[in-house]
Amino acid sequence: MQFWIIQGLNSLSLGGLLFLLSSGFSLIFGLMRLANLTHGAFFMLGTYLAATALRSFDGLNIWTTAIGAGFVVAALGGLFERLVLTRLKANPLGQVLVTLGMSFIISDACLMIWGGDSIPVPTPQNLQTPTRLFGFVFPTYRLVLVGLAVLVAVSLYFLIECTRLGAMIRAGVDDRQMARAVGIPVSRLFTIVFCLGTGIAGAAGVLGGPILSAYPGLDADMLPLALIVVILGGIGSLLGAFVGSFVIGFIYTFGTALFPELAYIILFLPMIVVIAFRPQGLFGRVGA
Amino acid sequence: MKWIAAVLIGGSLLLPPFFAGDFYINLASQILIAAIFALSLNLLVGFGGMTSLGHASYLGVAAYISALLTSRYGFDHGAAALISILGTTAMAAFFGVIALRASGLGFLMITLALSQVLWGLAYRMSNVTNGDNGITGLTRPAPFGFSLESPVAFYWFVLIVSTIAFLMMTTFVTSAFGSSLKGVRDQPRRMAALGFNPWLIRWITFVYAGLWGAVAGLLYVYYHKYIHPSSLSTTSSAEALLGVIAGGSGTLGGPAVGAALVLLLKNYASAYIERWNMLLGLVFLFIVLVMPAGIVPGFSRLMAGLRGENR
Amino acid sequence: MTGPSSEPALEVVGLKKAFGGLAVTQDVALKVRAGERRLIIGPNGAGKTTLFNQISGDLRPNAGSIRLLGADVTYLPPFKRAHRGLSRTYQIITLFAGDTLEHNVSLGLLGLRPSRWQMWLPMSSYRDLATESRRALDAVGLLHLADRPISDIAYGERRRVELAVALAQKPRVLLLDEPLAGLSNTERSTVKSLIASIPRDTTLIMIEHDMDTALDLAETVTLLNYGRVIVDGERDAVIADERTREVYLGT
Repeated sequence: MQFWIIQGLNSLSLGGLLFLLSSGFSLIFGLMRLANLTHGAFFMLGTYLAATALRSFDGLNIWTTAIGAGFVVAALGGLFERLVLTRLKANPLGQVLVTLGMSFIISDACLMIWGGDSIPVPTPQNLQTPTRLFGFVFPTYRLVLVGLAVLVAVSLYFLIECTRLGAMIRAGVDDRQMARAVGIPVSRLFTIVFCLGTGIAGAAGVLGGPILSAYPGLDADMLPLALIVVILGGIGSLLGAFVGSFVIGFIYTFGTALFPELAYIILFLPMIVVIAFRPQGLFGRVGA
Repeated sequence: MKWIAAVLIGGSLLLPPFFAGDFYINLASQILIAAIFALSLNLLVGFGGMTSLGHASYLGVAAYISALLTSRYGFDHGAAALISILGTTAMAAFFGVIALRASGLGFLMITLALSQVLWGLAYRMSNVTNGDNGITGLTRPAPFGFSLESPVAFYWFVLIVSTIAFLMMTTFVTSAFGSSLKGVRDQPRRMAALGFNPWLIRWITFVYAGLWGAVAGLLYVYYHKYIHPSSLSTTSSAEALLGVIAGGSGTLGGPAVGAALVLLLKNYASAYIERWNMLLGLVFLFIVLVMPAGIVPGFSRLMAGLRGENR
Repeated sequence: MTGPSSEPALEVVGLKKAFGGLAVTQDVALKVRAGERRLIIGPNGAGKTTLFNQISGDLRPNAGSIRLLGADVTYLPPFKRAHRGLSRTYQIITLFAGDTLEHNVSLGLLGLRPSRWQMWLPMSSYRDLATESRRALDAVGLLHLADRPISDIAYGERRRVELAVALAQKPRVLLLDEPLAGLSNTERSTVKSLIASIPRDTTLIMIEHDMDTALDLAETVTLLNYGRVIVDGERDAVIADERTREVYLGT
């Protein structure tokens, strides 16, 4: 019984982390049809910023750091989008290649600035004591991550379904030409969404820090996870990213607990199965 | 005009063993290996219209299979090479079925995800692959008893294999099948309406590209006598993709030129700069923003302009 | 081939297609005899091209069946339908702009031949393909342009190449999607006489948005509106029908 409860909670927290990681990626892909390969690097940048900020400034707490890092990364993302991506509107392959190039630049810059050693990110003080749940002791912060994921999911849902910005985003996703024709500033919208997506990635990097630590190669570890979640959940579907994150969280956690040797294979098996039977992902639209 | 260029290049490939020192001969070998790898990727990217970011999978897996069979299980090189190519091609067949469920960006993402998983496996399964230490102390084959230990001997070997590879890939692309491939790249719906089977055409090309990627992988592991998980990394795939795009994906020889340039840049840059990845990223940005069609088309347009042609 | 078949060349029964909540094809039935010249008309948005796309296999219907030359092809992929004798042209020209006229037609010829899988001999070595393709171009009066790239020739000439590519396959059933769209008067009469000279072993089904232009090419007419068949029958009867006038004048 203990096994199931502990692994179940682990699955939830992994799923939460995955959603925080991939929601931004899904948002950008959904609206801009851009596979932002810089996503892992932006996440990692957030983690490194958190590592430095939280260890250098005593008074900072992780929540403000997350928001701060989110803004920094969003600003960087916005600059990149305006200066580079907009020039490649007619060249979607080129867009993907420059995001790849940018990811190399950021990851090497992080290596230059922070060196090759792994830097742990401190867990917030008030969450350091473990929680008793169902008679077992469980790291509190991991549970909090699940709550955060739900919070972000609900906020994004609210943004997309209930605000004017969200309506414009949805219009742009459905029919870019038409949206432009009815006066939606698609170009500005793209910048806003790119900033939002990358900002979430940066903030997620901070929030994932206590669990992952900042280390060179974090971006290369995270990007395929985001890809797998989005491919499985369906391109452009936030619900798909949410469900996909937890599906992967569960399958990976239980899979590696039962068959530790096959960890990586277990990771991409659900993606392959979904692609084989439903290439548009669990919640994606055909032809998206 | 093309014939003159071909003769010049062909001639220059025969020169290194006679005029250059060991360092340059080795460099020439590396260039040829990178060129074959880029040409195999270009079957997918340029002629098939399928951009893959996971091509290093085939190079790396072929290299690892050969390395493991020869160093750990005592296979001789001939058998190891055969098994390596067959195994890697089978993997390409399997990956192709998965990746071709999507197209465009979805295809790209799947190839990237698959290759990243292989890379992760290479690192983690250290009891098999030796993880981050890589597999050292490998040997080169000795075809028909000729030793390939000296740079010159190895160069001739690579030259012969590369020439065969280039000719076979060129034949593939200019054949009737090649025409159907290019047609599917440009107008898949129209091609289907004419009776061509787009999926099968793409899948066959994917497998063939994987096969030549495996050949490049064997040459790679023979040259270095060492294999490390980084050969399977996205950086490795990206370098090949950069070579293809920088050289010009629409041409037969362009990717070879591009791969040569990327390799030379890497060699010279690493003497001065530690951060090759960052430079690679910047070069990516530069090429895509400034010369999206690549160097070779740009050059031939320049030549056409000098000759007064208007096109 | 044995004697005349009583099987219709194309039979569509109960075809339904909807995109989300929007019904584009509603219970469409069609029966076209071998050798017939059928014109499908209807205002914009009537679902004519969607119907063609389902017949050619580019779209899957939600319900109903399509029988081509007696065989059920409803869920058959497009390339297999081509091998059963179906050809089509498109509203938007989908030729290979950078290639020569001859190459374009050769590709059309190659599609049905086993040699399309051949990976050794260069395309240029297929002399018989080249000869036949030039013959097809000659039949539409474009032999003199055979070695020019498509991007170099006029729009009207490209329409003729589209026709040449489709006809080169000697199809049993040919779908023409707005073959006269965007043509000048002279070009139009050239293409019309080409269509009129298509032999009877090819069954012809045309979509035209502008009724007047294509009427003299048609023997039977089907009128579509909002995805439904409104009138269907001999040309003169359909023209005289009240409902036709209603649809076009919108009572």
